[in-house]
Amino acid sequence: MSIQVQNVSKRFGNFVALDNVELTIEPGELVALLGPSGSGKTTLLRVIAGLEIPDTGRVWFNGEDATGKHVRERHVGFVFQHYALFRHMTVFENVAFGLRVKPRKERPNKEQIREKVQGLLKLVQLDWLGDRYPNQLSGGQRQRIALARALAVEPQVLLLDEPFGALDARVRKELRAWLRRLHDEIHLTSVFVTHDQEEALEVADRIVVFNHGKIEQIGVPDEVYNHPVTPFVYQFLGEFNQFHGRVDGGLATVGDWTVPVPAGAKLGDDAALIYVRPHDVEILREKTAGALKTVVKDFFALGPRVRVELKRVDNDETIQADLGKDRFLDLHIGVGDEVYVRLRRHRLFSAA
Amino acid sequence: MTTAALHLPSRITRRKAIPWAPIALTTLALAYLALLLLVPLAAVFVEALRKGAAYYFRAIAEPDAWSAIKLTLLAAGIAVPLNLIFGVAAAWAIAKFDFRGKTLLISLIDLPFSVSPVIAGLIYILLFGLQGWFGTWLSDHDIRIVFAVPGIVLATMFVTFPFVARELIPLMQAQGREEEEAAVVLGAKGWQTFWRVTLPNVKWGVLYGVILCNARAMGEFGAVSVVSGHIRGETNTLPLHVEILYNEYNFAAAFACASLLAFLALVTLVIKAVVEHRYLKERK
Repeated sequence: MSIQVQNVSKRFGNFVALDNVELTIEPGELVALLGPSGSGKTTLLRVIAGLEIPDTGRVWFNGEDATGKHVRERHVGFVFQHYALFRHMTVFENVAFGLRVKPRKERPNKEQIREKVQGLLKLVQLDWLGDRYPNQLSGGQRQRIALARALAVEPQVLLLDEPFGALDARVRKELRAWLRRLHDEIHLTSVFVTHDQEEALEVADRIVVFNHGKIEQIGVPDEVYNHPVTPFVYQFLGEFNQFHGRVDGGLATVGDWTVPVPAGAKLGDDAALIYVRPHDVEILREKTAGALKTVVKDFFALGPRVRVELKRVDNDETIQADLGKDRFLDLHIGVGDEVYVRLRRHRLFSAA
Repeated sequence: MTTAALHLPSRITRRKAIPWAPIALTTLALAYLALLLLVPLAAVFVEALRKGAAYYFRAIAEPDAWSAIKLTLLAAGIAVPLNLIFGVAAAWAIAKFDFRGKTLLISLIDLPFSVSPVIAGLIYILLFGLQGWFGTWLSDHDIRIVFAVPGIVLATMFVTFPFVARELIPLMQAQGREEEEAAVVLGAKGWQTFWRVTLPNVKWGVLYGVILCNARAMGEFGAVSVVSGHIRGETNTLPLHVEILYNEYNFAAAFACASLLAFLALVTLVIKAVVEHRYLKERK
């Protein structure tokens, strides 16, 4: 099913949660709504589900206006951040709930319900947990049961609110790979909310980046990561160094340092912001043309990587560099050493 | 080294010393408990049985006492179910929905707790008594509320009004709305959500509230005393009957009836303990 969000705005008191949001989600897509907390992503998810009513704007399901439809008539599957499993029901009863509350005419019989629930529990690989209560399950298991419960009513769209937010790092990684596989199996139009850029990049077909109730960028992960259209998107998708500089006749200058303006950057001669990811900062021992002179301030190992803090000689600004352990050992760097910095890849944005 | 040497001996002396402070405090607490709670409770049963078991049972079976017991059960039997329905409905509305005047409703629910029961009784006299607002109309239509059974039921309802709601509101608020939202997304209608999700989640809280409400309904004295008119065999509840017998220097009979109330209190305590235990177990 396709979802179309048209000019949707929503306020809570003075707080603008959604500001004129436009978004189209294609059938069978897995879309991530990515943004910091308070950016409006969860509100949009709840508007799509019908749990919030937008102040203005419309929501269309398959070209049909769903704005006035009640939650229970929208046939969406919703997975809550804290699972919201019914605590007084067994896992089996939780998954069966959506079938049991159907009107008598549509309600499957006992045998059909049992079969359906068992099938779903198998799908989430927890068919041996049917008799347990939610408080006897681990976080990852609860999340999968919540998903099975949402799928029981055969929704046309699956909405997940921070599905892995409350899980520890390891389980989170496993579950998101599993969710991606599951989506490839059942091909249900799915939207999930996350504040974790890695999660969005890894799982989603397309990413929608939110900030202050507005969409900053929509695109496939590669596009959003490599071609961010605003400084916010660049900053949100990873670690970065930021410099204030000027663009002048095809070259950007930051103090005494000159870096090229990347091809395709549409910038006039004006103040500019220059961004570079720590892993795109190259450290050289020898003075090279276009390289910046710095002093090593500190370094520390992060697993297989080494983080080096460098101080610019001209204005004392700090530059973070991130390099592989082997490269670091080859360089024989010590604190206080003079080294030269070159940028492998950087981005410029107008500072205006 | 010096500090260790200084500290070590003092620690040893402290371990050997008799812990006077804890012993003294515990004794004091126990004595206080015995004096204020256990001795009076025991006294009720001792005094009740002073003239023997036969007298005890005669005092309870006496027609006026029997009528007081029936009236007490009737008042509680009406007030508790009504306040149960009201309390659950109010808690549900307050905890699960947002609406204007919510704070006002919460304060109103607390009103019977903050008003003296005697004043509560007086309100009904002022409304329904002969000189009250509706007094003339009521007497014209030959309806008796004050100094009759309806007044007693009303006063009991007023006083026991907050118990169920007060018990449920914090519990339901702590549970949040997500489970209800999940139910609605899955297609449940309002009443299905209430019966299948909301109510089962608070069942022990409901029972707990009902127990407290019932204990108060049966034991209420002040408000009921004002509206009762103390007509023997007609408008006396058990606590009022105890007072009358006591004022007539019929101590053994007074204590016999009082022992019924004390017994009720003990049963309530036991049920409450069991409910609390199960409730905590389920929460884990």
